Amino acid sequence: MTDRTLDTAPTKPPHPLQDIWRDFRRNRGAMVGLALILIVTFLAVFADVVAPYGPAEQFRDAFLSPPSWLAGGDPRFLLGTDDVGRDILSRLIYGARLSLLIGVVVVTLALAAGVTLGLCAGFFGGLVDIVVMRLMDIMLALPALLLAIVIVAILGPGLMNAMVAVTVVVVPHYARLTRGAVLSELGRDYVTASRVAGAGPLRLMFATVLPNCLAPLIVQATLGFSGAILDAAALGFLGLGAQPPTPEWGSMLANALQFIQRAWWVVTFPGLAILVTVLAFNLMGDGLRDALDPKLKR
Amino acid sequence: MLKFIFRRASLVIPTFLGVTLLTFALVRLVPGDPLEMMAGERGLTPERHAELMAQYGYDRPLLEQYGLYLYELAGGDFGRSVVTKKPVLQEFFERFPATVELALCAMIFAVVIGLPMGILAAVRRGTVLDYAVMGTAVTGFSMPIFWWALLLVLFFSVNLGWTPVSGRLSAVYWVEARTGFMLIDSLLSNEKGAFGSAVSHLILPSVALGTIPLAIIARMTRSSMLEVLNEDYVRTARAKGLSPFRVVTVHALRNALIPVVTVVGLATGILLAGAILTETIFSWPGIGKWLIEAVRRRDYPTVQGGVLLVATIIMLVNLLVDLLYGVINPRIRHASERT
Repeated sequence: MTDRTLDTAPTKPPHPLQDIWRDFRRNRGAMVGLALILIVTFLAVFADVVAPYGPAEQFRDAFLSPPSWLAGGDPRFLLGTDDVGRDILSRLIYGARLSLLIGVVVVTLALAAGVTLGLCAGFFGGLVDIVVMRLMDIMLALPALLLAIVIVAILGPGLMNAMVAVTVVVVPHYARLTRGAVLSELGRDYVTASRVAGAGPLRLMFATVLPNCLAPLIVQATLGFSGAILDAAALGFLGLGAQPPTPEWGSMLANALQFIQRAWWVVTFPGLAILVTVLAFNLMGDGLRDALDPKLKR
Repeated sequence: MLKFIFRRASLVIPTFLGVTLLTFALVRLVPGDPLEMMAGERGLTPERHAELMAQYGYDRPLLEQYGLYLYELAGGDFGRSVVTKKPVLQEFFERFPATVELALCAMIFAVVIGLPMGILAAVRRGTVLDYAVMGTAVTGFSMPIFWWALLLVLFFSVNLGWTPVSGRLSAVYWVEARTGFMLIDSLLSNEKGAFGSAVSHLILPSVALGTIPLAIIARMTRSSMLEVLNEDYVRTARAKGLSPFRVVTVHALRNALIPVVTVVGLATGILLAGAILTETIFSWPGIGKWLIEAVRRRDYPTVQGGVLLVATIIMLVNLLVDLLYGVINPRIRHASERT
């Protein structure tokens, strides 16, 4: 008898993270995305070990050598070489470092700035709200890439400045999202309770309300990775981002147009790397959205 | 209705002023002296420098300079290019039709392909077709379009030789620019084959530029259709014994289209930003290529005026979309009147 009651006794509810993971795992696309991100991260971290050559190492006997499986291909260079005899595979692997770095830096800075602005706008309301949100609207009036180009035009081209530009451009999205979430949370009882208990504004903002606004921010941050990588690559392609010797994927394509008739591999692989990485983050972001959004839960 | 239009239109003014502040700040934030760039390598004597500073008004207080800037804008003076010495407004409108032509063709491509894709995916939900459409959409959405454009050139122009690599018209034709739209101008001219050449030059840039809007439209149509297909009136239409085709195209699609129309309108920004990349690759003589060249040459008055003009056009298009949306969907109109 006692055994029976023990069997049917309610088990502990699963941890919320387990819940999310279970939903996330059901989404095949999201799992593919996660796997790809792990692979790219692994390659980026261990680039020194994995890459056959250095990113700037030149082989003067092999300019524009085709991929190794093609006629005339050199077995030393799996994906061929570029116009100054650098191994494309190695440059792509080192480029993964830059792309992930761009994603991390841009998303972190944009999150910090956007969340702070959004929290202030939502909390203080009134003039602060109007000024901040108007400013964000002005920035959103311009297409992201155009605004980024303008900022680079002011700061001068370069990888750092491109990252700054892409960060500034995406801040409004985080600010708007945070403000919206804050406004919907502010009226809840737990916030009032905390306020009555004497919590100061900073504690209320960051410790009480912010954790409850995280779900949409996490999704936006994941999707923000792909946007940052894409925009930084576009700037690199236009010659405004990372400068030539740097193995950044976008800038590797910058002068590819002139080899398009002779060497398709110089054009094809860097873009494929961008596409796969961006796709991975987008797939994972979609999966996270479905897993975190209670409205879509079955 | 008038009240709604006024309320929505009045929101544009502060945003416009904000953008003018941004473009005004642009020239002042550039490190160094705005005159040094104009002077070039020869440099300036101190006297000439002071004279020019006074001439351009750079020696006055910032607030006064901004007031002057707004005054000039109000008079239609968007500055002069440092390189060509031509008014920015004139240069802009010389190139604008080329970009509009490209953007419209890209949008047509995106709608003609994206809409049926979304509908099919929604109707055949959960099938291989649905997964294929959604997979294509997420891939298109993740596509670096500068690379996509290069791939299209590589395959269709270099390997197959079907389409030209760049430009708007083959060099063997000469077409007088009457409207600025090559498709119309080439038809009006007496040159045989010019129209065909103009069309063949448009195909690849339109596909490249239309890919991201296509992905967005396909996704939007699918989710909007899925929502509508569960509505009571669709069930009623089915129960009446109407053909599935009629239910989908007439009863469901009409209602599902409202959010899609908005997305199409709001894609202007995406198209203009994408035009910068697409035009650069295809040497398309539009405003995107013009702006990026101005940035490279450090022609700041052109960048300043061009960015302001682009932003203004986007704002006006968004306003138009909002107003149209209010016309299509009375709920929006009344909701905004209540608040």
